[in-house]
Amino acid sequence: MDFAFLADTMGQLLAAVPTTVALWFLCISIGGVIALGAVWMRVSGIFVLERIAAGYIFAFRGSPLLIQMFLVYYGLSQFPEVRHSFVWPVLREPFYCAVISLALCTGGYTAEIFRGGLLSVPQREIEAGRAIGMSGFMLFRRIIAPIALRQALPAYSTEIVLMMKSTSLASLVTVWEVTGVAQRLISQSYRTMEVFLCAAAIYLVLNFIIIRFMGFIEYRLSPHLRRRPDIGIEGPDPRAEDLREVKP
Amino acid sequence: MSTFELIGFGPKGWGGLLLAGTLLTLLVTLAAMLIGAAVGALVAAAKLSPSRTSRIAGDAYTTVFRGVPELLIIYLIYFGGGSAVGAIATYFGSQSYVGVPAFLTGAVAVGLISASYQAEVFRGSFLAVAPGEIEAARAIGMSRFMRFRRIIVPQVLRFALPGLGNVMQLSLKDSALISVTGLAELMRSSQVAAGSTRLYFTFYIAGCALYLVLTTLSDRSFAFAEKRVGRSFRGGIGR
Repeated sequence: MDFAFLADTMGQLLAAVPTTVALWFLCISIGGVIALGAVWMRVSGIFVLERIAAGYIFAFRGSPLLIQMFLVYYGLSQFPEVRHSFVWPVLREPFYCAVISLALCTGGYTAEIFRGGLLSVPQREIEAGRAIGMSGFMLFRRIIAPIALRQALPAYSTEIVLMMKSTSLASLVTVWEVTGVAQRLISQSYRTMEVFLCAAAIYLVLNFIIIRFMGFIEYRLSPHLRRRPDIGIEGPDPRAEDLREVKP
Repeated sequence: MSTFELIGFGPKGWGGLLLAGTLLTLLVTLAAMLIGAAVGALVAAAKLSPSRTSRIAGDAYTTVFRGVPELLIIYLIYFGGGSAVGAIATYFGSQSYVGVPAFLTGAVAVGLISASYQAEVFRGSFLAVAPGEIEAARAIGMSRFMRFRRIIVPQVLRFALPGLGNVMQLSLKDSALISVTGLAELMRSSQVAAGSTRLYFTFYIAGCALYLVLTTLSDRSFAFAEKRVGRSFRGGIGR
């Protein structure tokens, strides 16, 4: 094992980590906003909006991210109107193209996850909210959104880990993030295994941090599922008594 | 020349190339699914094994292959596999360069990724098989292999069907990444057509549409298969 080479490789790969993290952070933030809009359209009850959102979700979930990214980066420049418009300074940059296509892609997946969370809100909770006279917005803010978010959280953390992996495709539109640098190092040195191990370790650590962080949020948001703390009150556990009563 | 002529099958149309690419994408995905099923079943067995070492190895496999970008794994198989085969060929006295077919590296790379997801699907389905059934099989004296063949495999396959449908979708989309190795599947064909005509948008949209056809077809096939195997069960799949 050549430790000098490993250290050098690791240094070069670590220098590319900020690009990867920036891509990831921008795409899940923008993608989250897109997803909220798409879900709102999807459950709006207005036929045209529903079909548009369903079409968007179908197209972006059903095709590979790579072809979407090439469509944004190479495809849009086919039209002279785009090249001469005010958006060209943005669409000319590979980094922003990667962010746009990653955000559009994760928006489709996240929209379905949010919709699943929304559908899991029990009808009786909504009825109870209405019964005590909550308005539409207050009902959403106090009842629907908290339950839906909590329900969607596990699937959402899977999705953002998938997006961390997907940022590697940005290297194919000439953004120098970790995988792109790794590929360059491999083709320069032909020491595939060493470079792969370093890059894999970086991604595993990043994903581990995301999973741990999301696990922490999940823990904080579900105090009702945790065991009650022992506060040292004497006497039998009331729950145990309940069980005794049920016994025939 | 109109767009329809370009993506059609005429002498100047690129339709034939795109369709051939679609077929190759389908074939490489099916090959990857088969490799993934074989490796995935082994990994699932390791994860369920009573031996601590096998469990750790199985967990390590699924963690690494699900936590590292697909593109990186494809580079590993493509560059690493090539030099490994080259080294073996040189060891056995070959003088010339020995390459690995792009189809094989692609199918193996996507297959190994798919295996990590299939292992989780198989593990979940195995745990869904009622322990009473395995006990009953043991009670009437079935051997280990017969239990596996008659009790476990049919039920695991049935429970795994919805999960396998999802993995198939993932593998179809991952197969687009094999284009970096130069295999002329759908992604690569669209790239070639787009580059030659300089009509990037047109051909990437055409490629996108063909991918949507593939994913829809696979979705429909799995829905049909689920309905088919669920026919003899009152509650459908699962319990």
